[in-house]
Formats: sequence, structure tokens, C-alpha cells
Amino acid sequence: MTEIFLLGGLFLLAGTVMVPIATRLKLGSVLGYIIAGIAISPLLTVLKVDVLTLQHFAEFGVVMMLFLVGLELEPEALWKMKAKLLGLGGLQVTVTIALVSLIALALGLHFQTAIVVGFIFALSSTAIVLQTLNEKGLMGSDGGKDSFSVLLVQDIAVIPMLAIVPLLALPEFATQAGAAADDHASYSLVHGLAGWQRAGITFLAISAVIFGGIKLSRPFFRFAASARLREILVATALLWVVGISLLMSLVELSPALGTFIAGVVLANSEYRHELESDIDPFKGLLLGLFFITVGASIDFATLFDQFAMVLGLTLGVMALKALVLFGLSKLFKMHGSNKWLFTLGLAQAGEFAFVLLAFSVNSQAMSKELSDLLLLVVALSMLLTPALFIFHERFLSGPGRAKEREADAIDEQESIIIAGHGRFGGVINRMLRGLGYETTVLDFNYDQLEALRKFNFRVYFGDATRHDLLHSAGIEKAKLFIIAIDGKEQITALVKHCTRHYPDLHIIARAVDRHHVYDLWAAGCRDIIRESFDSSVRAGRSALEAMGIHAFDAERKARSFVKADQRMTRMLANVYKADVPVHENEEYVKRAREVQEENEAILRGKDRLLISRTDRGWSPPTRQDVKAVIGEAADHPS
Amino acid sequence: MARLLVYYAHPGNKHSRVNKKLAGIAKEHSSLTFVDLYQEYPRYDINVDLEQERLIQHDVILFQHPLFWYSTPSLIKEWIDLVLEHGFAFGAGGDKLKGKIMMNATSAAGPEDAYASKGYQHYPLRTFLTPLEQTARLCHMQYSAPYVLYSSLTAEEDKEIAQHVEGYRAMLDAICQETFDFEASIGAEVITAQSIHAYTGGSRQ
Repeated sequence: MTEIFLLGGLFLLAGTVMVPIATRLKLGSVLGYIIAGIAISPLLTVLKVDVLTLQHFAEFGVVMMLFLVGLELEPEALWKMKAKLLGLGGLQVTVTIALVSLIALALGLHFQTAIVVGFIFALSSTAIVLQTLNEKGLMGSDGGKDSFSVLLVQDIAVIPMLAIVPLLALPEFATQAGAAADDHASYSLVHGLAGWQRAGITFLAISAVIFGGIKLSRPFFRFAASARLREILVATALLWVVGISLLMSLVELSPALGTFIAGVVLANSEYRHELESDIDPFKGLLLGLFFITVGASIDFATLFDQFAMVLGLTLGVMALKALVLFGLSKLFKMHGSNKWLFTLGLAQAGEFAFVLLAFSVNSQAMSKELSDLLLLVVALSMLLTPALFIFHERFLSGPGRAKEREADAIDEQESIIIAGHGRFGGVINRMLRGLGYETTVLDFNYDQLEALRKFNFRVYFGDATRHDLLHSAGIEKAKLFIIAIDGKEQITALVKHCTRHYPDLHIIARAVDRHHVYDLWAAGCRDIIRESFDSSVRAGRSALEAMGIHAFDAERKARSFVKADQRMTRMLANVYKADVPVHENEEYVKRAREVQEENEAILRGKDRLLISRTDRGWSPPTRQDVKAVIGEAADHPS
Repeated sequence: MARLLVYYAHPGNKHSRVNKKLAGIAKEHSSLTFVDLYQEYPRYDINVDLEQERLIQHDVILFQHPLFWYSTPSLIKEWIDLVLEHGFAFGAGGDKLKGKIMMNATSAAGPEDAYASKGYQHYPLRTFLTPLEQTARLCHMQYSAPYVLYSSLTAEEDKEIAQHVEGYRAMLDAICQETFDFEASIGAEVITAQSIHAYTGGSRQ
């Protein structure tokens, strides 16, 4: 137990110290984690920690990240990317494999090993690139989208690679491979099956992920939500991701690919934002751990022994990868800074290289010595990547990028978030959507959601008072936030949170009663609507009409009542005390009575001698007035 | 039977001494259609389709209202703005009102002699109503002289007002029974309780 605390404490301390420093120095969190890993690597050696096993575990963060990426990407959007995926991604992988293999061959490696080396360096780091793009807000840029297309294809390409590597085994490495090779097969459903059977099972597994996402996810999450416990929802979200990863591993597919597909399938689900905010912290922590292990796995003894060799290989590999990427960026007509983002961003080797290296040694396709050397090359290239991003940001992102940001901003201005889709929020949403506005609706009443889905409303499951959920719903980018949830305290707390953190956000808040209006005003909201006031006034107006009052007079009376009430609200604001119940607040009661009497006098028209204020303008002057007008005209003939 | 449509408009209905009585007569009348615009549209959301259908179904359109600032109460203006659409009432294909007659029945606070170039209102009453007259013309309708009560605020309940009300009743009856002399009224300047019988064919009371 103590050992776990020691290790956990060590990793957490390293991360929490280094990442803020790196971020402050504008180096990005990834570099911060890697440096933290380097810093603690001597300690890990002393403690005899198996860094590679830890890294393997931390790779689950990449799986989670792809799940989250999938959630952001609707199936139609993925379909639109097909040309990019096949063309750009396909070419990057095949051309890089070919070139790296040729050079490896020229350097004197066996043909089989050269192919494996090609595989290893064709891949880039999904973890570093996506994390960095997200951090710098470049995911939406053209360069970011193209980078993502290539990374996705690489993640898919890992599957055939893992299938081919065992076929490239060389007899002379047989002695080096341990029993570990069998370990790989022990949990496989497809081990030793013929090609067509394998293909069939693969197809079934992918279908299961898609079918499960479409048909089973809703009842599954609904059941979990019925417990009304936050941790059960988190556990359910984790179970979903872990389950899919398990299924994928069993059929020897990439868990990252499986969860990515699952994410895409759930991108239209009402549980999307809930899943996002549940998985996000785990993803962040695991990725952080992963980057730390990348730093920690750099074997400095070997590195300094073969420093020139490692550095030369690293720079050579990165230059070659960048060259291929640059060629592709020209071929696919990328512009300005996007071209450079694409070229420099993907020039490193990735986390799958670690997997492939271990697998190749086990499959007897590569010597242990070469694997150790290449491990350093891979780690060093990953270490250099954040530096390349910084280089790109400082020197190569010109006006092209600024323009892109601006366009994004205009796009996002339209977004409206509505918290609560009950009697109050539902009407608002129907009205806004009816007029063509895009809204994001959050509600945690799953019966309500079920019903709404039938009417094609876009609603998401989740407790809107949770700040992380607001974040995944995009509150930072929203123009308008409508708080239509039940519960006085929750509304006030939400208003307080939002006015403090998003001062530019327009907030329309639902007030339960007059006193709540005061609380909301104090909390900083300036657009407060009392939930049942308007409908009550309309009911009052109907009552007046039923009593035989002319419809237009009833309308006027209703309007003046609203004005009188607003006046009362303003006049009582000074004597209202949030911490004293109204009926115990003597000053309030006294003032309320006074204002009430004044208002009634105004309503009944007692404030003016002849005519009521509500009828001003349409009541005729008196006979005396008429005579005066005529007399005046007669006095001044013109 | 001429089909008569009476539009009544008075935002201060309950203060009315003259128009409320006139409206009462029109409302009770069995052979015309009576619409209290402020009752039907207290929030000014005029149902254009319904109003256009009403216009099509009638031959004579009568606006009954007090004279506010040399014009109609604002709801009638809103009604005109919305209902008399291009393509319906005027312009290309806008011939749905062709051959109909438009008319006003109004009450003015000023005395008759004020509505003259030498009077304190400086213009004859008809001059103030020319926007309505031209509106009718543009919509291919004929504009009849208005039925007017002058000095409405000083009018005595049982004298001038009573006479005006009776004249109004006779006018509505005559229009419905097609005995109203529109040929003469279209050429006239204004019609009052004193002159109404020249058009209704009845004898002066």
C-alpha cells in the first residue's frame, strides 16, 4: 500500500510542479509532463518501477481521448472526411513506410526488420498532437483537421501492422523472444483462426460497437441515471469505454479505433455532454501519466553512450517524416500556416511505436538492441515535438491563422445554451428553434428527454449546475445562457458561478418569485424573468374580460398592473434582506403595505382628479377644456 | 340587400358619449356585420386573412370612430397598413375591392365653423380625411362623404346626440336596404344629422 502511495504521490507531485511551470513558459503541458518524467526517472530506477508496463496502462488515456474525439464528430462529419482519410492519411502511411524501409535497408538491416522499422516511424503521436492542438485551440483549423485525419488513419493502420509483424519474424532473433509472445495470444478470440473467420469476427465486433451505441446505450445510461448518483454515471461511462476496449482487444483490434467509433455513434446522443465531462478528467490524468512515462523511459545511459547516433537518427527520421508531410500538404493544397502546422506537428513517432517495438521483439522481427535504440529515437522525437509546435506558433503562424480564429468566433456567436427543459425552458427552446436558432439543451430528467427525442429536439442529459458539464456543452463559447431549471438556490448558485467566470455571457435567469429577483440581481444577473408572473397577469386580464370589461381596457389595465408591480419590486428592493424571512422583516412589511395602497390608487385612477392614468390620452377633455380651446383660438385669430 | 361592414374603433370606449351609442345601434342591427376593432385586436395583432375575407364578403365598408388629431384612432391605421395589401387591394392583381364603397362616420370636437379656412382648424373636415379618400381610390373603391357630428363634446345628450344617433340608424337601414343614395353622397362634402334624409329617402324628423 505504501508503495502505491509513494508512486502515486511521486507522479502527482512531478506533474503538478512541472506542468504549471511549462504552461507559464508557454511550452505546453505535454512538454511539462515529459520533463517531469525525466526528472523522476532516477527515482523510478531506484524503486525498480517497470515504466513500460505503466506506460502500457497509461495508453488507455489515448483510448479515452479518441472516444472523446469521436463524441465531437458526428457520423456525417466523419463521412465528409473520407477523401482526406483515404488520400491524405493513406498516402502518409504508405509513402513513409516505403521511404523509411528503403533507408533502413540501405543502412544494412534485414528486409523484414526494415519493413517493421518503416511501420514504427510511419505512425505519429495521437496523444501529443491532439492534446497540443486542443490546448492551443487549433483543432478546428484546417491544419488541425488534416492532422486529425492522418492520425485517425494511422490508428486504423496499426491493426494490419500488428497482423503483419509476426509474418516478418527472423530465425536469428528466436532466442531473444521470451515467453511473452504467448501472453499476447492468451486473451484472444481470433488467435489461430483463418483469415476469413478473423474478418468475420472483426466485422461482428465493429457492428456490435455500432449497434450497441445506437440501440443499447440509451436504456443502459437511462438505467444508470435512475440511481441519481453522480458516481454511478461516471462508472457507467467508464464501463462503456472499458467494455469496448476489452471487446476490441479480444478480437485484436485497436481499442482506440473501437472507442472512436463508439464515440462517433454517440455524438448525436443526449448523453454526449455527460459522457464527455465524466471521461475527461480520467483522460487527462492518464495522458499525463503517459507523457511522464515517455520522459521516464528515456534511458540516459544508453542515450549518452550513443548520443550522436540517437540524435542523428531522430533528426533524420523527423526530417524525412516532415518531408513526406510537406509534400502531401503541397499535393492537397494546404495554405499558409496550416501547411506548417501539418508538416511539423506530425513529424514525431508515436505511442504506438512503443507497442510495435515490444511486439516486434516478441515476434522475433527485431533484435532487442535495435529496439532499445529505436525506443530512444521515438522518445526523443516525442520530446522534441512540443518544441516544434512552439516554433510553429512563434514563427510560422502568420495572419492566416488569425483570420481563421476570427471566422470561428463569428460562427460561435450564435450558440445558445438552455439549462432545464421543463415547463419554462421547453417553451423557450421551442420558440428559439422554431425561428432557426441552434440551441444546446441540458436536462437531467430522463423521462423528459425520452419524450423530447421523439420530437427531434436536441437535448443532452446532464445536471446543468455541474460546471464541468457546462464546460463540455461549450459555455465558454456561448453567446447566451438561459437558466430555466427548477430550484431557487440552484438557479442563484448557477448565476453566481456564470457571472463570475463568464462576464461576457448574457444570462437570462428564471426567478421563482419577487424575492428571488433580488437574489438574482445581487448575483449579477440583469435579465431576470419571473416564472409565472406573465401568465398570471394574462389570467387576470381574462378575468377582467369575463367581467365585461372591454378587451382593450382589460389589456391596458393588465399593462398598468405590470408597471405597478415592477414599481413595487424596485421600491421594496432597498428594504429586502436576503437573510431575514420577509414576514419577519418589519420594515419590508410596512413598506409593502404602503406601496400596495399607492398602486391600488393608481390602478383605480385616484391619483388624478378627473381621469385615470391608465386611460390618459383617450379620454375626452371636459366641456371647460373645449371652451378654453375654442376661446384661445378665438383670442388669437390667424 | 347591400352587405354592410361596420368597423368600430374607440380606444377610450367607456368614456364615449356618442360613438358608444352609434356602435350599440350597429351591433344590434340584424342585417349588417359589426366589428369592434379594439375588442377584437386589443394587442394590435390583426388577422389579415380574416379581415380580407370580411372585405370580400361585403359591399360597403364603414369606419365609425371619433376624430383623433385630424385622423382615425391608431388601430385603424394599423388595420389599413396590414389589410390593404399589395396584390389584394391595389397594385398588380389587387382588384379584390373593386366597385365597393368606403365611408367614415366620425365625431369631431370642434364646431362646424371651425373646419373652414377662416376657422381655427383652418381646413374643411374633408381635407383632413383626404388620406382615407385617396386610400379608397387607390383600392378601386368609391369614397362616400362622411357622416359627421360636429361639437361632439358639447352636444346635448337628448338633442344633438339623439338626432345624430337617429340619423345613423336611418343611414344603416337605407344602406342595407339599398335605398341609400350613394350617387349623391359620393359627390357630397359631408353628411350630418340635418342632411342625412336627403340620402336615405326618408322625411326629415
